[in-house]
Parts: sequence; structure tokens; C-alpha cells
Amino acid sequence: MATGGAELEVKREKLRAHAPLDEPAPITDLRVRQIRARDLLRGELEGPDLEQHVEESVLTTTFQKALGWGRANSIFPATFGLACCAIEMMSIVSPRYDIARFGAENMRASPRQADLLILSGRVSIKMAPVVRRLYDQMLEPKWVMAMGACSSSGGMFANYAVVQGADKFMPVDIHVPGCPPRPEAVVYGFNKLQRMILGSPEPGWRKRYNASGTEEWAREATGDASAEEIAAYEAARDLAASHEASRSQASRGGRA
Amino acid sequence: MNVHGGDILAETGEEVVGMSAVERTAAAEGLEQELFTINFEPHHPATHGVLRLLVSLEGEVVRDLKPIMGYVHTGIEKNCEDKSYWKVIPFVERMDYLSYFFNMEAFCGCVERLLELEVPPRAAYLRVIHMELNRIHSHLVWLGTSALDLGAMSMFFYCFRDRDRVLDLFEMSTGQRMHTRYFQVGGVFEDIPTGFAHNLKAFCAEMPSRLDQYEAILNRNEIFLERTRNVGVVPRERLLELGVTGPLLRAAGEPWDLRKVAPYEAYGDLEFNVPVGTVGDGYDRYRVRVQEMRESVRIIEQALDGLPEGAWIADDRKFVLPPRDELSTSMEALIHHFKLVTEGFRVPPGEAYFPIESPRGELGCFVLADGSAKPARVHIRDPSFSNMQSLRDMCMGGYIADLIQNLAMLDPILGGTDR
Amino acid sequence: MPDAPGLELIAKELNDAAEGSVLGTYHEHGQACLIVNPDRILDVLRWLRDSPGQEYRFLSSLHGVDYFPAEPRFGVVYELLNMPRVERLRVRAALADPGPDALPELDSCVPVFPGAEFPEREVYDFFGIVFRGHPDLRRILMPEEYVGWPQRRDFPVGGEPVIFTRDEPLMPRWYE
Repeated sequence: MATGGAELEVKREKLRAHAPLDEPAPITDLRVRQIRARDLLRGELEGPDLEQHVEESVLTTTFQKALGWGRANSIFPATFGLACCAIEMMSIVSPRYDIARFGAENMRASPRQADLLILSGRVSIKMAPVVRRLYDQMLEPKWVMAMGACSSSGGMFANYAVVQGADKFMPVDIHVPGCPPRPEAVVYGFNKLQRMILGSPEPGWRKRYNASGTEEWAREATGDASAEEIAAYEAARDLAASHEASRSQASRGGRA
Repeated sequence: MNVHGGDILAETGEEVVGMSAVERTAAAEGLEQELFTINFEPHHPATHGVLRLLVSLEGEVVRDLKPIMGYVHTGIEKNCEDKSYWKVIPFVERMDYLSYFFNMEAFCGCVERLLELEVPPRAAYLRVIHMELNRIHSHLVWLGTSALDLGAMSMFFYCFRDRDRVLDLFEMSTGQRMHTRYFQVGGVFEDIPTGFAHNLKAFCAEMPSRLDQYEAILNRNEIFLERTRNVGVVPRERLLELGVTGPLLRAAGEPWDLRKVAPYEAYGDLEFNVPVGTVGDGYDRYRVRVQEMRESVRIIEQALDGLPEGAWIADDRKFVLPPRDELSTSMEALIHHFKLVTEGFRVPPGEAYFPIESPRGELGCFVLADGSAKPARVHIRDPSFSNMQSLRDMCMGGYIADLIQNLAMLDPILGGTDR
Repeated sequence: MPDAPGLELIAKELNDAAEGSVLGTYHEHGQACLIVNPDRILDVLRWLRDSPGQEYRFLSSLHGVDYFPAEPRFGVVYELLNMPRVERLRVRAALADPGPDALPELDSCVPVFPGAEFPEREVYDFFGIVFRGHPDLRRILMPEEYVGWPQRRDFPVGGEPVIFTRDEPLMPRWYE
């Protein structure tokens, strides 16, 4: 170049020379990327190359998934502190167990503005109609987290005054055990709920015991369960019963 | 024109009515205003629990107030009659859910009084340390949520940050952040681990400066002063009539603290002051509680320095579990362990009442024993229940905003009120 | 606490002031207790609060106890406190069970100790003891329409039996 007037040799290369179709080159290959970008700008990229490029660089999704992503990452919890779990629920907003990193620090007092009802604490029989009314006032989509043992199942209070689980009068999406659950446990439950909202719930024990189909019937399902769901439930119950029988037989055999 | 806590609509003379045309006309025509009753539902943002208030308003002035409780009534007292004494401890803990160590202390102290069981000195000191830490924790949560109610949102984060440090200490010594089941009849469950004293000293060294920071935010804050000064004043005699105890009574000028007048556990050996207010308004209550936190730090430091060596639980195997290493060698220990775990210990018939000073006031436990392994009646005299009776006196004639502030400064814990 | 002789003195003076009010005394674990005829309870409380040697002005606690099957069945216990001397005295009003159709009655001590308002409502709520003259006697912790007196000894604790997976076939489709 210092001499000036030297001829620049222009050598045109085709993308296919570098990335033949039967063995497509990895995206990290700089030359392939360069050529592809050049062709895209010129409008010459077409066919499988275009598809591959779009797949790699453009995010496509279904509308449902996009909605799910939006909903999951900006849940507005409704502060519903009933008893001791309320203190631990307040502490998930605190700096240490920050729930703002999941987009949920905006605790709304009004049920009309809230998405997630965190039932933290024991539900007494006087309070149950109030909770139900609050739940009805929430707008769809709404979720319920039963935080702690008392709202999941009555907890340690098996008596006349506590409703044995909020399941008895309202649908609950996720239960977080503990008395009170650590804030990390609540955040874990929250993350699980987020995955449920995104549409890819974790199957958990159902995968291990081959019991898919035994999930609680969804809120939207009106009326009876379908025949397949009932069959799946019966199958799972038989499996559990056979486990129990074989275990008791083994113990009986062992004793004899 | 600003009359804090006063009754602005009582005087409808022309010179005191405001400048707007509407008000002047109304006064001139002598319009009667109807009382407007609103329902502060059990679920409201100033959540100090699920308390329902039926408030009758005239304009924005509160004319009548009825608190309706029972929304978190758990039947704990009834459930306790069904369980052995050992199992009652976790139940009773969950009553006043911010001061769980105090609940345990009231119950264990009552049963120890019935059994005439001596608590070893190390256990007494450990109990004092944990109770004072719990007092700090309770006041921090109170301060955070009250400041949040009054609008100072950053206080919430600061207080909960410090609260997490206290809970770390609890986790270190007892294994659980809240509801620790640490106090047992006869002492404490387990000795403190190595490193606990070091962490506790570090906490105590740092806490006073943190409290200075909090006071620097709120003490001379114009808005805070406007909202809390001379608001919610109830005369001391009226508070005594209503059975109110704790920081509310002390803010009104009565120097009554059960740790001083009737020392229990190791409080008799420790030197601390009891903060007493003068006026009895919201500001005094705030100052009393913050000062109590400082005094608690002092108590903890003294108790830690003077922590005696020895057993952390009483020796009497009839009531206290033997140490686990003895179970493999001694037959008697095994039998005692078995009896205690399955049936529980029996308490000779009698009744006792044991009052202690919890962060909210006098927490007393009444136990009626009938000779069996289960108590026949457990009743907790909860301070929030009695303090709630003064809410009406505090709020009458004030504004709704003052009602929120009064409720915050009253520091009710509805778990204790409803049991 | 007044010690045992002090307690006997109080009982004697009280019997002089109000005939037939003290039915017994009881001193154990360092605590003094007067067992009192329920019809004279207001006189007893007024005397204890106002007479110059006693001055038990602070009502610490008011609660009910069910001594079933011992008679008299109910006791309403007043824990009184004398603040200057730091002395506590327990007064128990021994009420008999009037049978399954009637409710035991007692005079309300709200005129004497205004702080008894909520505790008396609680005793009414849980034991069914009616306080005559109470300004607003209704249930405080249970729902207003609740039927039954939960804290009585013959009231069941309640709750539900736990259903384990192996018991589920016994109660098919319990989830409905």
C-alpha cells in the first residue's frame, strides 16, 4: 500500500465453499459469519442458509410462550400475611433474599392489582370466607401459593378453628412446606411457580414413579375428570398399593 | 389550622371553620353530618396481622372504633390440653409469633413453678440472652413495619437487614430461624456452639451504631414528628384501668417493667435501665422502644461476659431428657428417656401463673395441672389482647391517618391477640 | 404475693366486710388464691381494689377454667396485681354448671376494672359464662354465629383424620 496504486485483488467467495450443506460449518467460524452477513445485507442469502441464520439469530416463539414469559417474570404478589409465615414473607423482600431479582418486589395491597396470592399463615374458619372473597376479586390470570404447613394442610393445628389446608376452599397452585419455610424455600417455590407459568413445569416425583396424569385437575377443567386421567390415577394408586404389598410381604417373609 | 388528636368538628363556630365556601355554608345551615361507617377489612396494607376495624367517621375524623378480632384464632389453648407438656411448647410458641422465646419462657417458667424445678444458672443466662435477642428482633420488625406504614420505606430494608443478623444468631444456636423450641422445662435444649459467643459479641459491638443510624433517619424527621407528636395520647390512669402494660405504659410515664420489679431468670444480676416516656404519644412510644433495643444490647453483653459454666438443663431425669451418650450405658436413663418421650412427665395437681415482660407487655401463662401428663388448661395472658382495648381511646377524635399511626405504635401481634 | 398468714388475714377481713364471700383459700407455689362465692364477686373485687391496706388496682388477667369433672365446674380467675408492693393475688369465682340448658351467670366486673371488657367476652366465647351487665357481650374470637363453647372440656378438639396413601382406597374419591 505504501507504493500506492497497487491493485487490490478482489476475490469473491461463495458461502457454500466455506459451509457446504452436508457438513455445515460451526457458527464460530469467522469467515462463514462474515460471508453470511454480507449476503444477508445484499439480499442474496436464501434457502437453507437463510433458515439457519434466522434460527440462530432471531428469537421466534409462540404467543403463548411470550405471554408466559412476561407473566412469570413480573408477578405482583398480594401481601396476605396471616400469621408467622408473614414475617418470613416480608423477609423475602428484604435485601438478603431479594425477590426483586425475579421481578416480584412490587407487593400490591389491592387484590385487583395482584397476580399471586401468597397465603402465609394459618387460615382460621373466621378468615376463610374473607380469603375466598379476596381470591374471587383477583383478576385472571392468578395463582396461589400456600406458604407454610398451616395453609397447605392445617399444619400442626388439627383442631376446630383452623381450616385443614386452603385447598378445601380454593385452588392452590404451589405448596411450600415449612414452619415457617425459610425465605430461600419460598423463593424456590416461587421459581417453581414461574416455571409452571412458563409452561414447562417440573414433573418431580411423578417422573420417577411413572405417575404422570395424576396431577390435580386444573382449575379450567369443569366437571368430571376425563377417562384417561381417571385411568392414570387408578394406575398410580395400584402401583403404590403393590409397592406397599411387596414391602409388607418382604417384612413378613423376613420375620418368618 | 392543625389540631393533632383534637376534635376539629366539635367546635362549629364560624371562626374555626375553614375558609372554603362549602364549609362556611355547611356551618351556617347547621347541616348534620351522618356517621359513615367503614370497614377496615382483615386484609389491609398496614398489616400488623388480620385485624378488622369498624370505624365510624365524620368526614375524616374518627368518631367510634370497634376492633373485631379472631381472624387468626387457632384454638391453641384447646389444642394444648391434648398434648403432653413437652409438645405444648411448640404450640405455645406460635401464639405471639414475633416473640417466640418469650412465649416459651412463660410456659416453661410456669411449669417449672408447678414442679418446683430449679433451672441451672447457665440455662438462666442463656435464656436471658436469647430473650433479649428476641426483643431486639421484635422491635426491629416493629420499627421496619411501622416506618413503612408511615411512609419511610427505606427503614424497612435497614431493619430487616439487621433482623437477618439476629436470625443468623438464632440459627447458629438453635438450628431454626423462627419458632425454635429452644427452651425446655428445666433449662435450654442444647448448649451454645463454639463461635456463637464470638458472633454475638460482634453483633453487640455493631448494633448501637446501627441504632444510631436509624435514629438519625427518624428522630428529627419533620414528617415523622408531625405524624407522631401528640397523637394518640391516653392518660396513664386510663391505661392502667384498661390493663395495658409494656412500652405503651412506659411511654405514658409509668416505670413498670417486670424485669425490674419482679426479676425472673437472671435479670436480677444484670444492670440495665428502663426507658420511660413523658407524654405518651406516638413519638414517645417510638423512642422508648428504640432505647429498649439499646438496653437489650447492654443486657446481652453483660450476660455473655458473666455466662456461668455448668449444665444447661436441670438434672432431674424425671422431667428432663438424659443426655444421649448415657442411653447406651445406663438402663435407668433408657427407661427415663422412653417414659418421657412416649408419655411425658407428670405434673402434680395445682395451678400457677407466671408473668414475664415480653416486647409488648406482660405475657403471663396460667397452667392448671391435674396430675396427668397433659395440662388441663393452658391460658396465655397476651399483652396485645389487653393493649387492643386502648386503641379506641387513642383514636377517638383523630384523623384516619392518625389511626394508622396509632395502630402501628400500639404494636399488636394478632397471633397473640387471637391465640 | 401475700404469704399464707397474710392470705388468711385478707380472707378474714373480706368475710367481715362482705358476708359469706370467701369460700376458701389456697396457697401454693408461692401464690395466693381466694376462692369466692360468685354472687359476691363484685363486692370482693371492689373491696380488694379500694380498701386502704389492699389496693389491688391492676387486673392482670381474667380467664375461665373448666374443672370438669370436679365441682363446682367452672372457675373465673381474676389475677390481681398491686403495683406499689408488687403483690399478686388470684381470685377464683367458683361457678356451678346449671345443666345442659342454661348458661352459668356472673356479674360483670367492667365497672370495677374497665380492662375486663375483652377478657370477659373471651370467657363468654369459650365457656358460655354470661356476664350480667357487660356493655357488649358477644363472641370475640370465634365467628359470631358459632354454636358451641369450644374451651369446655367436653367439647371435642376437632380437626380431621389424616389420610395416608394406603388408606385412600377406604375413602375413594375423597377429593371431591
